[in-house]
Amino acid sequence: MTETYRDSGRAGLEDEEEFVDILGERRRSSDIGFSLRTFSPHPYRGALSCSTADLNNAVLESQYLRYMAKEISMETGSSVEEVREDARGILEEMSQNLQLGFIRLMAYVLSKVLKRLFSSVLVNMEGLNALQQAVQESPVILMPNHRSYIDFLAISYIMFSYDIPVPVIAAGIPLAGMKLVGEILRRSGAFFIRRAIGSDKLYWAVLSEYVKTIVRRGFAPVEFYVEGLRSRTLKSLTPKLGMMHMVLEPYFKGEVYDITLVPISISYDRVLEESLLAHELLGIPKPKESTTGLLKASKVLQEDYGSMHVNFGRPLSVRQLCEGRINRGQYNLVPRDLPQKPSEEAQACVSWLAHLMVRVQEEGSLISPWSLMACLLLQAPATVLSEEGLLWHQLTEKTLWLRKLALDFGARLNWPGHVPDLDVISSTMAIHRSVVHRKAGRVFLVQEDEPARKHPVSPEEGVAKMAAAMLMLASYRNQSVHVFLRPAMLATAVRITKSTQRDELFAFFCFLQDVFSNEFIFIPGKSSQDFEEACFLLKKCGAVHVSQQEVTASAAGLEVLSFLQGLLQPFIDSYQVMFRYLCEDAVHVFSEKQFHPAVRNLATNLILSGELHTYEALSSDMQKNVLSALRRLETVTKLRASEQNEHKVDQAAVRRIGDVLSGKIPPQMLQTPPDARL
Amino acid sequence: ECVEWEVTDGGGSEIMKWNGWGYSDSKFLFNKKGQAEFTGKRYRLSGMIIPGLKDWMEGTFGANLQHKTPATPLLTSSAVQPATLNKAFLEELKSTGIPFSHDAEDRVFRAHGHCLHEIFALREGKFGRVPDMVVWPNCHNDVVKIVELACKHNVCVIPYGGGTSVSSALECPPEETRSIVSLDTSQMNRILWIDEKNLTAHVEAGIVGQDLERLLNESGYCTGHEPDSMEFSSLGGWVATRASGMKKNIYGNIEDLVIHIRMVTPRGVIEKSCQGPRMSTGPDIHHFIMGSEGTLGVVTEVTMKIRPMPEYQKYGSVVFPNFEQGVACLREVAKQRCAPASIRLMDNEQFKFGHALKPQVSSIFTSFLDGLKTFYITKFKGFDPNRLCVATLLFEGDREKVLQHEKQVYDIAAKFGGLAAGEDNGQRGYMLTFVIAYLRDLGMDYYVIGESFETSVPWDRVLDICRNVKARIIQECKDKGVQFPPLSTCRVTQTYDTGACVYFYFAFNYRGLSDPVHVYEQVEHAAREEILANGGSLSHHHGVGKLRKEWMRDTVSNVGVGMLKSVKDYVDPDNIFGNRNLL
Repeated sequence: MTETYRDSGRAGLEDEEEFVDILGERRRSSDIGFSLRTFSPHPYRGALSCSTADLNNAVLESQYLRYMAKEISMETGSSVEEVREDARGILEEMSQNLQLGFIRLMAYVLSKVLKRLFSSVLVNMEGLNALQQAVQESPVILMPNHRSYIDFLAISYIMFSYDIPVPVIAAGIPLAGMKLVGEILRRSGAFFIRRAIGSDKLYWAVLSEYVKTIVRRGFAPVEFYVEGLRSRTLKSLTPKLGMMHMVLEPYFKGEVYDITLVPISISYDRVLEESLLAHELLGIPKPKESTTGLLKASKVLQEDYGSMHVNFGRPLSVRQLCEGRINRGQYNLVPRDLPQKPSEEAQACVSWLAHLMVRVQEEGSLISPWSLMACLLLQAPATVLSEEGLLWHQLTEKTLWLRKLALDFGARLNWPGHVPDLDVISSTMAIHRSVVHRKAGRVFLVQEDEPARKHPVSPEEGVAKMAAAMLMLASYRNQSVHVFLRPAMLATAVRITKSTQRDELFAFFCFLQDVFSNEFIFIPGKSSQDFEEACFLLKKCGAVHVSQQEVTASAAGLEVLSFLQGLLQPFIDSYQVMFRYLCEDAVHVFSEKQFHPAVRNLATNLILSGELHTYEALSSDMQKNVLSALRRLETVTKLRASEQNEHKVDQAAVRRIGDVLSGKIPPQMLQTPPDARL
Repeated sequence: ECVEWEVTDGGGSEIMKWNGWGYSDSKFLFNKKGQAEFTGKRYRLSGMIIPGLKDWMEGTFGANLQHKTPATPLLTSSAVQPATLNKAFLEELKSTGIPFSHDAEDRVFRAHGHCLHEIFALREGKFGRVPDMVVWPNCHNDVVKIVELACKHNVCVIPYGGGTSVSSALECPPEETRSIVSLDTSQMNRILWIDEKNLTAHVEAGIVGQDLERLLNESGYCTGHEPDSMEFSSLGGWVATRASGMKKNIYGNIEDLVIHIRMVTPRGVIEKSCQGPRMSTGPDIHHFIMGSEGTLGVVTEVTMKIRPMPEYQKYGSVVFPNFEQGVACLREVAKQRCAPASIRLMDNEQFKFGHALKPQVSSIFTSFLDGLKTFYITKFKGFDPNRLCVATLLFEGDREKVLQHEKQVYDIAAKFGGLAAGEDNGQRGYMLTFVIAYLRDLGMDYYVIGESFETSVPWDRVLDICRNVKARIIQECKDKGVQFPPLSTCRVTQTYDTGACVYFYFAFNYRGLSDPVHVYEQVEHAAREEILANGGSLSHHHGVGKLRKEWMRDTVSNVGVGMLKSVKDYVDPDNIFGNRNLL
């Protein structure tokens, strides 16, 4: 069962021909005509159409909300009527108001915007055809990854173009606050969810009933980002389970026969927000979503962003996926609309499915030549990139070598076949001239030049300047890191354990998964398959010999192994820096507020002293991941009484993790919460 | 040499089919003109042409009159396993004078119920383990003697009533090495007395439903217990399976009707000492007997409630725009506790099926009226012919009350968009109940196999279970390589305060399948899994038998199974009643 997704993500979609540029037609005919086209989707056949008012009413009148209102009124002392009034208010703030007229407006505007930004928007027709079929058979959940604001209505735009019912989309509440735009989004099908819901019981209740009602009625697909947020690092984020649980529950409880999940992988040659993201990661806050901000951002419209790929994965049946994982009979003895804490089994099933979906998204994404180049550039010493420059022919050779490796590993490349390879690499460089430039046969990193400096650049400022560019590169590397990840972990295990014994390597492999499972996506309970996959791939490319008992590096595999080890090195080094900070004497108790600048300081100093070769420890994203990982491993604990979000650290335990990671002591199983392993 | 006794066989092979449902003279066939026809004289449909059936069969199943799968016409005795006789038992039995037989035909006839796989095998002339002999006790005391002898000589006894089981309950366990005696209760078919003061009747358990009603009717009474199988099923069988009757809303199910039971077990006779209408005397021992499915002993005599025959009966029907509305209406009727004697809701597929079974109308006027009705409902009222569904109703009681009751129900129906659709439609619906079982034999002549199964489920799950189980059947058929879309349909046949009984019908064209019965069983198995996952019960009234016993533990818990086991161990330590049903 777990293996089915493998061919799913890749089902015969290797042929580039199958991707169709939907802008092609848009460049030939009028956008007005397009936005006024006859739109005649075939919705789910069991569904009756459902107006916004009907839907909201059904939610408010639901037995579940009645129970909840009663319960909350008992707890808070306010009357049931007041609670229901609050619920109404929440629903008003939340609800979508999908209207065809606004879909048409959206179609018109997006036609203009997409044509301006991208040379092409490529969509796989096979996936789209399968989706067209699937929407008629059961309620559909569209699950795209989220890498750019432009993702947001892209799916709706494609649905509109191909006569598929336009989805209702879960969006963050800040979007709703944008003047005019918020309302347009709402009428294009967006519904809005607050960011920090925390323990607001009523809010959860309204939201989950709202989502479940939409799924049950099936009048429109539901679109949501299982990663929860836009990934600032272009790397997949650990899935959020709340929404996932809401969309699955109607199946668990037998309210629908089946639910179809459609993973969608959106890949960009160049991401609109690239420099904004890098700065955010360095601690410069993102601008608040506002309409004026959006208008200001219109300067991004002037640039070339290459192409955008939207790859619709094969529709997956929740019924099939959950077979043997969920006992639907568990809901037989309590009314299904009674508020109930989900069982451990249900939670584990939801978590597994959510992780699976992110993995399928990863496998469905298209790897650009630029991402491969970013992997390589990051392995060159910083001074080479900033001062001496990297030999162009060396980079191109290595890129072609890496292309072969990626293909061996089953990656889906966005590498035009009809153009000479060198031209592909050159034009890639051209699109990314904001990051690298070529001069006299060498490649240099572009560093921000701030005009009219009053004083000379301090060493610390120099690091920060480099960091922005480096984090941008790292983000593009992240687009393909999942392709190499599992073999890279094995390569790292080989290097650090210096062992050839399978079981020792596997133990270290599992240790790496434990430490990095906030950094990368691992499907719970799949460690040994992951390990087997790593062995298989390394053997396939000739890097190792694999026998019953042993995995040994081959002489010819040196280049592959050292590339893979190098790929993971920045992560290991950065984690070690943070472990080191946490083990400092003064740091028994710390707040999250202190943590980020302190780690940034330490890392900056280490970079300046030449001890640390990666800039990624400066990334707030990685810093957060380390904290989450340590919390998960129960070596860092949040102090309950603390108002400043203080944490207590078990320094001995952190030191132990650091020592295992550096190979000083062998790994024992680290503690993991039971739900992470099935 | 043993003597063959003359026997007036209750299920004599001349009257009854040996490899299909019901009377030999009654069956569906396609006549020379290719029109469907129902033979015989017993039913209202008998002798009539059913013009729509051919198209319906071809359209629904992709069946073709050219592609026939006829049954083996005659029972070949040589294909039947020779009887394993227990000489000592036989000798002593002879001395009692109780009739018996080890004729192959008699044994085969009592080796099966009416599950699809059982009938399919018979049609192919294949017989597995069959009883080694048949005995026909004439009264309670005969049964006591037989059971005593069986215990003494370690012979396996399988009680046999009307043979209408659909749970593999009558199948002989293939692993049984002892001699198997089929104890046929058909000769114990008398009403022993009627108590008009208390309105009870004391009846021998072998009586079949239609005889019981007919005989009581002669005295102006009825039990009102009318399971769909009542033409053939027996009182003892009802008790042993916890049967349910169509008119349970007025008369109750078997557990409500029974006042006193006498059962012969290996430990002796079990019965209560009085006929108090209700007792607080520990767990009700009747509930060990009801649903014991022949694993504990033989029910020999039953005292039942009787009622004066109803003064007035009226059929009715209501058309709803869709199934959801129909279920909502039934739920409301149950809530107001005003369900008529019977109320059944058919889904759209069954509605169409019912339509296909309309006999040829005699006058142009009737067909004109029919056309007008259809026009009114679909065009004027805007009902979608592919979504609408029909409820059939039966009211019973004194005339005034029936009319009042009728109005109340139609008023509720109107709130859910229901339109009264006439008495004829209602009556035809109930008549079809009795002939529908014959239809499976016709299907089996043309590559179509099917079956019905039932469950009971809380109200809030009725729609979900109907949708999910029907969809599961369709999907499983597809997955298992069935070449044609199956018929997958359901109806709600009983309402209760807290839930309903739902019947599923499922049939498909098996051309192109090498092992159709196996495919059928896999699909049925999956459908039952789906029922259980959706909060449905293992069975509402068909029982568990051997077909569903794998789910018993999940159904009643480990302790529950232990309780039942310990009763079995006490009552029948040597497993004389060795049909291995239930546990």
